[in-house]
Amino acid sequence: MQNKEWALYEVFIRTRAGLSHRHAGSLHAADDQMALDYARDTYTRRSEGVSLWVVRSDQIVASDPAESAAFFEPAEDKIYRHPTFYEIPDGVENL
Amino acid sequence: MYTQGLDQQGKPEGKRDAPESAADLEAFQKRIDAEEKIEAKDWMPAAYRRTLVRQISQHAHSEIIGMQPEGNWLTRAPTLKRKAILLAKVQDEAGHGLYLYGAAETLGVSRDQMVADLLSGKAKYSTIFNYPTLTWADIGTIGWLVDGAAIMNQIPLCRCSYGPYARAMVRICKEESFHQRQGFDIMLVLCRGSGEQKAMAQDALDRWWWPSLMMFGPHDSESKHSAKSMAWKIKRFSNDELRQKFVDATVPQAEFLGLKMPDDDLRYDKKSGHYRFGEIDWQEFHDVIAGNGPCNRQRLEQRTRAQDDGAWVREAACAHAAKHAAKAA
Repeated sequence: MQNKEWALYEVFIRTRAGLSHRHAGSLHAADDQMALDYARDTYTRRSEGVSLWVVRSDQIVASDPAESAAFFEPAEDKIYRHPTFYEIPDGVENL
Repeated sequence: MYTQGLDQQGKPEGKRDAPESAADLEAFQKRIDAEEKIEAKDWMPAAYRRTLVRQISQHAHSEIIGMQPEGNWLTRAPTLKRKAILLAKVQDEAGHGLYLYGAAETLGVSRDQMVADLLSGKAKYSTIFNYPTLTWADIGTIGWLVDGAAIMNQIPLCRCSYGPYARAMVRICKEESFHQRQGFDIMLVLCRGSGEQKAMAQDALDRWWWPSLMMFGPHDSESKHSAKSMAWKIKRFSNDELRQKFVDATVPQAEFLGLKMPDDDLRYDKKSGHYRFGEIDWQEFHDVIAGNGPCNRQRLEQRTRAQDDGAWVREAACAHAAKHAAKAA
């Protein structure tokens, strides 16, 4: 019982309003509130954030890098999704 | 993502290390050579993983043990300002240890295992923390020299090929420069003070200079892990290169303070633009690594005591979490 390791959490910080939360690192905690308190003490000692997210690592569903070529393949051959695909004749502006 | 650690725990070693074909190894080296970062879930050679686990966990242990020599002066700092600064610095060291344990865990080693390896003496930490802090000037010298040497070592690690380690180092390096400056500031005040204060500063420098040079590790010709780590871009500069950089940066600072480096062979070599320095006492270095430094036993005993004394807090936190989870259900 005393050797039971606390759960692993991932920490995300919003550095200031207007920016999205960004992964900062991880920590161990016994529960969610403790994870939040530890995240503050560990990752924002110099006012690095205005908002914190903590989420248990085992709750994150992640893509597999070994499969990433196949996983992201559907986007590879759709170059028409980029504006540079289209020819704009000289003289046409504001497009 | 940092979740990789969990996926791998409990898997038998053999399975994780499964077949490493020449093609896999070559492809991996190609990624490294192209300056691609390796992330936690990416395929990597077992030896790369082992090297990183060893290095990052040693680094984390050093931060944690490193709190002790300075913690020794928290209640004896000469002013409230110095006490507040030292407290913040020691808290940073704890934080650095935690960032690094987190980075090591992405490689599949558990926190409990790393702590157990430290307390059993299986894992090493930097030899520098096995020296005692006898006077207040030692606190200045540690910030100035020990953190200065650490910065030399750590800045290139921000470009380490392993992403989670590199990111932890960026965060750490941002914080280290405060550590070095507060140390130099302590030295500056002592050196501008009474004769007695200046003598105290000189005495601390005399004791810490050589151990600080040892922090860079053995000569390149003796360093058993260096070549591979350079090829994998875990290390970017050799031990001797970094040591030379540190000497070149630090000697003029000592001159500014009006202190004398305890090295009769130290001289400026105009031709190369470097300071040449005397030979390090490697016997002392190896003795401290082997556990026979002035404070090795004390450091581990204190760490073990802290771990044991904190057991009831960890248990209570688990009980509290379990109770609230049950209530919510």
